Amino acid sequence: MTASAGATIEAVVDTVEIVADQVVSLVLRRTDGQPFQPWQPGAHIDVHVGDGLVRQYSLCSSPEELDHLRIGVLHVPDSRGGSKAVHALLAGTRLTISEPRNNFPLRDSRRYLFIAGGIGITPLMPMMEAADRAGREWTLIYGGRSRKTMAFAQQLEDRYGADRVRIVAEDEVGRLDLDGILGMPRAHMLVYACGPGGMLGAIEERCMGWPPGALHTERFVASSLGAGAANEPFEVELARTGTTVTVPNDKTILEAVEEVGVRVLSSCRGGLCGTCETQIISGEPEHRDAVLTEEDKEAGEVMLVCVSRAAAGCPRLVLDL
Amino acid sequence: MTATTHEANVLGDDPFETANLLDPYPFLAKLRDAGAVSYLEATGSYAVAGYEEVYEVLTDFETYISSGGLGPRDIRQDSGWRPPSILESDPPIHTVMRRALTGVINPGTVRALREPFTPPAIELTEQLAQRDRFDAITDLAEKYPLRVFPDAVGIPDEGREHLLPYGNMVFNAFGPENYIFKQAFAHGDEHAAAVMRNCERENLNDTGFGARIWDRVADGLITEQQATLLVRALLSAGVDTTIFGIGNTLSVLARYPEAWARLRENPKLAKFAVDEALRLESPFQKFHRTVAVDTVLGGVHLPAGAKVLVFVGAANRDPRKWGDNADDFDLDRSASGHVAFGMGLHQCVGQPIARLEMEIVLQELLQRVAAIEPDGAPVPILHNVLRGFESLPVRITPA
Repeated sequence: MTASAGATIEAVVDTVEIVADQVVSLVLRRTDGQPFQPWQPGAHIDVHVGDGLVRQYSLCSSPEELDHLRIGVLHVPDSRGGSKAVHALLAGTRLTISEPRNNFPLRDSRRYLFIAGGIGITPLMPMMEAADRAGREWTLIYGGRSRKTMAFAQQLEDRYGADRVRIVAEDEVGRLDLDGILGMPRAHMLVYACGPGGMLGAIEERCMGWPPGALHTERFVASSLGAGAANEPFEVELARTGTTVTVPNDKTILEAVEEVGVRVLSSCRGGLCGTCETQIISGEPEHRDAVLTEEDKEAGEVMLVCVSRAAAGCPRLVLDL
Repeated sequence: MTATTHEANVLGDDPFETANLLDPYPFLAKLRDAGAVSYLEATGSYAVAGYEEVYEVLTDFETYISSGGLGPRDIRQDSGWRPPSILESDPPIHTVMRRALTGVINPGTVRALREPFTPPAIELTEQLAQRDRFDAITDLAEKYPLRVFPDAVGIPDEGREHLLPYGNMVFNAFGPENYIFKQAFAHGDEHAAAVMRNCERENLNDTGFGARIWDRVADGLITEQQATLLVRALLSAGVDTTIFGIGNTLSVLARYPEAWARLRENPKLAKFAVDEALRLESPFQKFHRTVAVDTVLGGVHLPAGAKVLVFVGAANRDPRKWGDNADDFDLDRSASGHVAFGMGLHQCVGQPIARLEMEIVLQELLQRVAAIEPDGAPVPILHNVLRGFESLPVRITPA
């Protein structure tokens, strides 16, 4: 794609730390010594890991400290090379990254339930810090195969206490009891979950009994065109209106379309309610909503324009708008 | 929430008095003027009329519980007229039932209904477009949902005539046991028995929502009784409300010819018109919740056990939320955030189906009718909690 696709930053690996079996934590600083742009909990960065590979990693440092960014990376044996390349990085290595971007923002609420599966703990860490600072009621349930595979588990337990941080290691107590954890919805409680697809699917099914919009998830996804570069600008042709709109990387389709005066019925504007569902006439979307089923997402006939975008490598979507 | 509390203003007006049911809006304005939360002597309950406060009651399902029933009596103390529905339950009982319903009725399953739902709308509107006048309620609004919705649930043809009278019972029971309630319950046992029969698995076909709900019994999520109650909930909540939604939308559009003309030019706006009409003329106007623990709402102390009467219809016209023209239909307004379908945990599960039906009917009518105007005064229906019309005569110009 073109060079206009999101500014990149030159960074250097400051420290490398093994934080659990197969998990490294990298602290990154800018080579020019400048602070990073402010970011919010849930944000990630693109890391250009070489050979044209771009991978996204959630930030697990504090948004209060902008002199560095920290990411945690699980080495996935069958991965397409991203985590392997990251695991090969040494302190002092230079690499190209993006500014922090956020597809998993923390909405303000009175209570939170955080559910992490394995390396899915990373985006939740700044969220817990923010919830704690704001004096919100919150709990973390953190599941993993065993304690030694669970990055930051001890650190979180020490910092927040075992009443707020529940470590559920499978080799000690079995898997997460999701029926028990999610069987009793609480008023004004949002659920933020990040982890493997199977776990998130099971959480989604149970949260169908919660108020609509209570659940927010982040999947480690790769669309068929490859993960990573989906924050490129792209074009949307509005078939009914007869105009074409460019969607820049910092705007949603909904925002871009509304700016040219075309109305789209929407409600939550966060991929939660399904009101803005729009027919796709051509092009491949990258779905980022929590409404469409996996079958719907596969079929690619409709998308939620408040959050979803064109898939990487798809420069143009034609929508029934 | 405000830290200081004040005594609730006490109102002598009765929201269930005939005049206030036939034309609720002067009363609702008076209610809002009395305060976001006030006390109604006539019913012994607290009235919640401000948008923000209604939203709070709907979203704080721990403080304002549903297991006390949606009517004026606390059915935890004094059992109701039927086994409690999903609407009359709290977590965790509510949770599994809601999971079962949401798994069955969601954007994907509802999208598939557009195809079977469209031809009956074409047929009905083609017939009506050949006449110069018709009754938008009896000739259209009442006909269409009864044509398509029972098929979507998968019930037999036999016994469908009981759906409307049963829905009338269910919703009127959210108000007091007045003469309207008694009329609705006149042949109550017969209607209830007929509807319950259609909720049994053996009486449902294999393709509808009903059978899909029963599938969840097989996988252990819900009990047979819960499956029956969920099918009952669909049948009782899915017909009247949509009829009123279609009727109310047309009642508004008949009064706003310029809006009709704009919709004809740009039929894409039909969804917005329906949403704004639902805000302005909300079919489900009010229902009760029960206060579970002492709390403060809108500065008023509410004791545990008290009943609050939630005025959705007042919230949807609250000028503090919608501005000074809250009582007007404005096609350019974003009605997003209205509470006509409720909000939060108990938010209408059938909402996408209702929206689909309303949109299809309106789209098909727009194609065939160039102009629509009132042809005499509409006759509002006398109902404890629903707002709608018995008759809405209109005159049309065919397209």
